[in-house]
Amino acid sequence: MRARRTTLVAAGAAALALLAACGGGTSAGSGDTEASDDITVAATDTTCDVSTGDLDAGTHQFTVTNSGSSVTEFYVYAEGDRIMGEVENIAPGVARSLVVELPAGDYQTACKPGMVGDGIRNALTVTGESQQLSDDEQLQAAVTDYTRYVGSQVTALQEQTQAFVDAVKAGDVAQAQALYPVARTYYERIEPVAESFGDLDPKIDARENDVEEGDTWTGFHVLERDLWSTGDLSQSGPVADQLMTDVDDLATQVQTLDLQPLALANGALELLDEIAASKVTGEEERYSHTDLWDFQANLDGSQAAVTSLRPAIAAADPDLATALDSAFAATQAELAQFAAGDGFVLYTALTPEQVQGLSDSLNALAAQVSQVPAAIAG
Amino acid sequence: MKLSRRDFFGAAGVGAAGVVALGAGGLAVGRAATTDEGTTTADAVEFHGDHQAGVVTPAQDRLHFVAFDVITDDRDQLVRLLQAWTDAARRMTRGQDAGPVGAVAGNEYAPPDDTGEAMGLPPAGLTLTIGFGPTLFRTADGTDRFGIADRQPAELVELPAFAGDELRPEISGGDLCIQACADDPQVAVHAVRNLARIGQGLVGVRWSQLGFGRTSSTSSDQTTPRNLFGFKDGTDNLKAQQPATLDRFVWVSGTGSWMDGGSYLVSRRIRMLVEVWDRQNLRDQQQTIGRTKGSGAPLGRTAEFDPVDFTAQVDGEPAVPPTSHVFLAHPTNSGTAILRRGYSFVDGSDGLGRLDAGLFFLCYQSDPATGFVQVQRNLRTDKLNEYVQHTSSAVFACPPGVTDEDDWWGSGLFG
Repeated sequence: MRARRTTLVAAGAAALALLAACGGGTSAGSGDTEASDDITVAATDTTCDVSTGDLDAGTHQFTVTNSGSSVTEFYVYAEGDRIMGEVENIAPGVARSLVVELPAGDYQTACKPGMVGDGIRNALTVTGESQQLSDDEQLQAAVTDYTRYVGSQVTALQEQTQAFVDAVKAGDVAQAQALYPVARTYYERIEPVAESFGDLDPKIDARENDVEEGDTWTGFHVLERDLWSTGDLSQSGPVADQLMTDVDDLATQVQTLDLQPLALANGALELLDEIAASKVTGEEERYSHTDLWDFQANLDGSQAAVTSLRPAIAAADPDLATALDSAFAATQAELAQFAAGDGFVLYTALTPEQVQGLSDSLNALAAQVSQVPAAIAG
Repeated sequence: MKLSRRDFFGAAGVGAAGVVALGAGGLAVGRAATTDEGTTTADAVEFHGDHQAGVVTPAQDRLHFVAFDVITDDRDQLVRLLQAWTDAARRMTRGQDAGPVGAVAGNEYAPPDDTGEAMGLPPAGLTLTIGFGPTLFRTADGTDRFGIADRQPAELVELPAFAGDELRPEISGGDLCIQACADDPQVAVHAVRNLARIGQGLVGVRWSQLGFGRTSSTSSDQTTPRNLFGFKDGTDNLKAQQPATLDRFVWVSGTGSWMDGGSYLVSRRIRMLVEVWDRQNLRDQQQTIGRTKGSGAPLGRTAEFDPVDFTAQVDGEPAVPPTSHVFLAHPTNSGTAILRRGYSFVDGSDGLGRLDAGLFFLCYQSDPATGFVQVQRNLRTDKLNEYVQHTSSAVFACPPGVTDEDDWWGSGLFG
């Protein structure tokens, strides 16, 4: 949570029809063409078997079955890890499908057991007619991609928040503690979007010192305190219910999202600024110390926005595009040192030198991302 | 739907047309102190020269000193940074914006290439002086990151430990340093901030120190300032008007290396226990320093610039006590000389109801071993030690001056 900005979205506009179509964890690349095939993806904790590595250009359906023990995600990436399509929050034992339109080109598929890291990658070659997009079409495609990404994150946020809320109301401290950083991941990835909708961000994500005297403190961090500081969930039910209501409200409002390309670029930088302001300092998660989950989520969200714009950036400034690729990879590598199990070590386990290393790589990345708005506006 | 780029940005409520117009202009409107390349206003200090400015330049009133760690391991990136820094330093010492576009004249979707807080301010005598630390040549574990280990001067080694040191590693050392001195504190801070901004991702600020008042004069045209003990400091300092002495004690020469024309910089953050000092009677204070507090005259003499007489006696005792600071530090007894260029600081309080105050000591010499190290070793019995703690230490090799528009900081080392 931070002081609100209005850069990411232009307020109130018609709903994008696309977004409405991507509920339920199934997302579409663009258009509403029927998929002609069904590519199976067998995911476990250590493998990601995609039934084919060669496709014809067109619309395809992937059905991902998770037979591992961790929640997984599935992505189709274009050059520079631009996300062509993704399906979030695939619980163990669950199958989910993804419909994505792929022009000719070289792609990668990835399963991300535990939802962190680079994932298990496979090459995917698509042959056929390749289309040359105009500058404006590139920017339009960026908005479409990123809007779809926001939609899939919000859907996963609703599902994971519901599971978290259920655990809190059941008084299951251990389960709720395990679900807390996972649910927050989906929020932190798209936080600038939430910040654009009035009071929703403070209601969902305020920390105790963000609340003015006389106002009521609500949201994730109240439950964080209950779970880690007091361990007493007997009074937490109403807060949990309110959180679910607010997240559902966010999901409704997101359907009216009308993004501008420049807002994507600014949002990408805002997410890095979020890390610099409160995650790399360990201030965000003062009771749970799960700040590195938020760091990863902000980084994911920033990269999703930048990679949506990548074709437009590459057209305007090829050096910047490759510099962004390597800067995101470097920060991811720095963070990956602290991965543990399905998540990360606690912030309190980091040495000052390790925090310094994270901060240094984040600064290097932010310096590159700050060049994006002028590149696409140029 | 046909969407033009203009529609995209126009719809967001910002003026797309303005971007194009401003982006093409590139006229620096931020600081009007200078106009044409190379011309300087009256209070600008020439950036180019055989030696770097900021050493014998008459000590300005304010300091912002910064030490950087180099994050990148890529020599080419480091060289490009040094070149970019040189360009920015050349501009800022002339009173111009850090970048060619300026604080407010650029593409409105790009972060400005100057941070803006010096708009409307004169050059203010700004000097920017760079130094290279031992760890730039070899990291603590011996790695030669930039292929320059064989060019590390023998003189550039970590200082030895001194009795009474209370050094904090996090504010000591550094791969690079920049000394920014100016007569306006905002001009000095602006310069350091912009160099740090330009270096984002390649270097990180390791530590930095503000100094609010000079404690040395480096020119006989300047009056001698007082330090926070209330005494005149630097009366017998080396001065710009003594070229032969400077050549002997300050400037490196005759080595045939990239350091000829340069100098070695030692920095020490010296906390003064001012509350303890302020409880001492005037006689004890004067006996500790070896000078009178009023005029600054050596004890036993009458005027500030009277030569110190180490043989004079008062009531059968040496007029200048052998444990006094002047006795031990004076070139006569230390056998060497250094050019001091320190600044007073007050960094808030220490949590025990006391000011965190002192002297940020800077000195230049042709060899630290026969300069600062020799002087400091001679201070083992200095009565002043009761009132000071050295909390930060660093040593840097400051290369010779940037000679012209095509030259850059470190061209001799990396070229």
